[in-house]
Amino acid sequence: MSSASTTTVYVPRDSSALSLGANAVADAIATEAKRRKADINLIRNGSRGLYWLEPMVEVATARGRFAYGPTSEADVPALFDAGFLDGGEHHLALGLTDDIAYLKRQSRVTFARVGITDPVSLDDYVAHGGYLGLTRALAMSGTEIVQEVTVSNLRGRGGAAFPAGIKWKTTLDQSAKQKYVVCNADEGDSGTFSDRMIMEGDPFVLIEGMTIAGVAVGASVGYIYLRSEYPDALRTLTAAIDAAGRAGYLGAHVRGSGKPFRLEIRVGAGAYICGEETAMLESLEGKRGVIRFKPPLPAIAGLFAQPTVVNNVITLASVPAIIERGGKAYNEYGFGRSRGTIPLQLAGNVKRPGLFELPFGLTLRELIGDFGGGTASGRPLRAVQVGGPLGAYFPNSMLDLTIDYEAIAGAGGLLGHGGVVVFDDTADLAQMARYAMEFCALESCGKCTPCRIGSTRGVEVIDRIIANRDRSNNVELLRDLCDTMTAGSLCALGGLTPLPVLSALKYFPEDFGLPPTKEARIGV
Amino acid sequence: MALDHPWDRAAVLAIVNGLKHEPGALMPILRRIQDDLGWVPPASIPLIAHELNLSRAEVHGVVSFYHDLRQEPPGRNVVRVCRAESCQAMGAVALADHVRKRLGTDFGGISADGAFSLEAVYCLGNCACSPAVVINGELLGRVTPARFDGAIASLVRR
Repeated sequence: MSSASTTTVYVPRDSSALSLGANAVADAIATEAKRRKADINLIRNGSRGLYWLEPMVEVATARGRFAYGPTSEADVPALFDAGFLDGGEHHLALGLTDDIAYLKRQSRVTFARVGITDPVSLDDYVAHGGYLGLTRALAMSGTEIVQEVTVSNLRGRGGAAFPAGIKWKTTLDQSAKQKYVVCNADEGDSGTFSDRMIMEGDPFVLIEGMTIAGVAVGASVGYIYLRSEYPDALRTLTAAIDAAGRAGYLGAHVRGSGKPFRLEIRVGAGAYICGEETAMLESLEGKRGVIRFKPPLPAIAGLFAQPTVVNNVITLASVPAIIERGGKAYNEYGFGRSRGTIPLQLAGNVKRPGLFELPFGLTLRELIGDFGGGTASGRPLRAVQVGGPLGAYFPNSMLDLTIDYEAIAGAGGLLGHGGVVVFDDTADLAQMARYAMEFCALESCGKCTPCRIGSTRGVEVIDRIIANRDRSNNVELLRDLCDTMTAGSLCALGGLTPLPVLSALKYFPEDFGLPPTKEARIGV
Repeated sequence: MALDHPWDRAAVLAIVNGLKHEPGALMPILRRIQDDLGWVPPASIPLIAHELNLSRAEVHGVVSFYHDLRQEPPGRNVVRVCRAESCQAMGAVALADHVRKRLGTDFGGISADGAFSLEAVYCLGNCACSPAVVINGELLGRVTPARFDGAIASLVRR
């Protein structure tokens, strides 16, 4: 352990930080410290989510944690020369981490520990308020726990925004020998990475949330369905589950309560559709990820036809704080019917991309301007896609939209999993509409004809529009096809692919070779 | 379909026997075969089907459904380029064109010398550092054509 003269240095192990060279920075710091006989304790933390500053190195000083970034291994000797182990001045110095404006303006509830703790240290988790929620839950009845979640007005953060409390109550009310809790960690939407950041940066909070869900509804087994594109998340989650099991937070008697809860990770195999809950359940059963008809609801007959709570990572990771502080406290955050906080993920062509956990109610302009700093290219912003590949494209003139479920839906889009992707004026929205259809064709499970066949026809129709072959009739045909897909698909993939397509057509008609419409001019 | 590629029957059988009693065993089994062998040999399907008491059609249906499950062995190196929206907003279309030319193969193919498999991927969760590429399992962010060439330089010479 650390002696009095040991300095703790943090270098993220988050996969995005690694993709920018964080391992090389960590190695260089360890080597340089050894060479200079400096006594350091190197901790690999999660990311604070300020990705334009990654790899962001932090040093614990008497005044608090000091940040430096973005660093590269070549900067390391100079950082030592500048006395960064004591918070010394250097051109990469960012000051006290807590004072960084982009962190200070956030309301970190679900992400309270991400970037602060050692993600695989159970002791660190507990020292930072971890497992207080479970401790409280174990003294409550299932009905009382579900009631707290209901009072919080937590809605599913995976995209569908369904009230979590109602789902839980439905499963609680079933009598069955075996119930399940399934965590949907198949975060496939482009522009989203909040699930990944939690699993890499604070995996115990997800484990705790799932354990509380299991205790509440009477489920003794949990599965995390993790996408294969997240190997680092698999490593951190596996280490955390092992540690939680060894310490009795998982197993036959959770914390000596007599209540069992086992947790297992299942890794997907690269199918976007498996983010749809019923396709995910099929995949967990060892089958093709083909979606199911609903009803029956998974809460009544889900995994292996047993009552199953299916929630997204962020939904479950929000539960410990809700149980610890009460549903009412969580419900005090937010706007309109969207209560609590949402980790917004800002990506694409933006100067300061990252994750910002904020109460609902900010506008897109505030997010992209104040936090994001405009486009990365410095060119004018032309479009933003909100809510992943099934979300609408909005023009610059609509950025005063409030970020909450109802406002975005009212404008013909969806907030989805909270991703916002920014495009500058080089973007061709006809190509983006074509891509939306192409993606749907690639990822369709094949169950519904409008999705399976319609998406391929959609690519062809858009190609004809772009090539000006019988353009006006083909635009009509595209609208008709989109109607059929919307009305004739069982799940969101076929049902919502028309959103990006039709919004691109509505707000950016010139990209399709059409004259500007009234909507495109005034952006309504 | 690849017919003549050799595959390790004993390894597949060991994986199947190690996992076949898990609930929903087929997916973990195929995942492990893919991870250990780098592909799921079509010739192993009857063996898997027999051990799990499934039909060959059921196993083939699952193998062919999932993008990750390769039905032939990959090149010596595997390059995956993200082609989703956030990466497109940061130049992924031009990067994909560069990679195709540089490796001399299209997406879904293997370069003539067998050195590189090129695969499309739709989101790596590295959207804040777009565009993203994975080379032999290592994730890279903010990839430019020049950075890509630098990253594969040591692999080309081999």
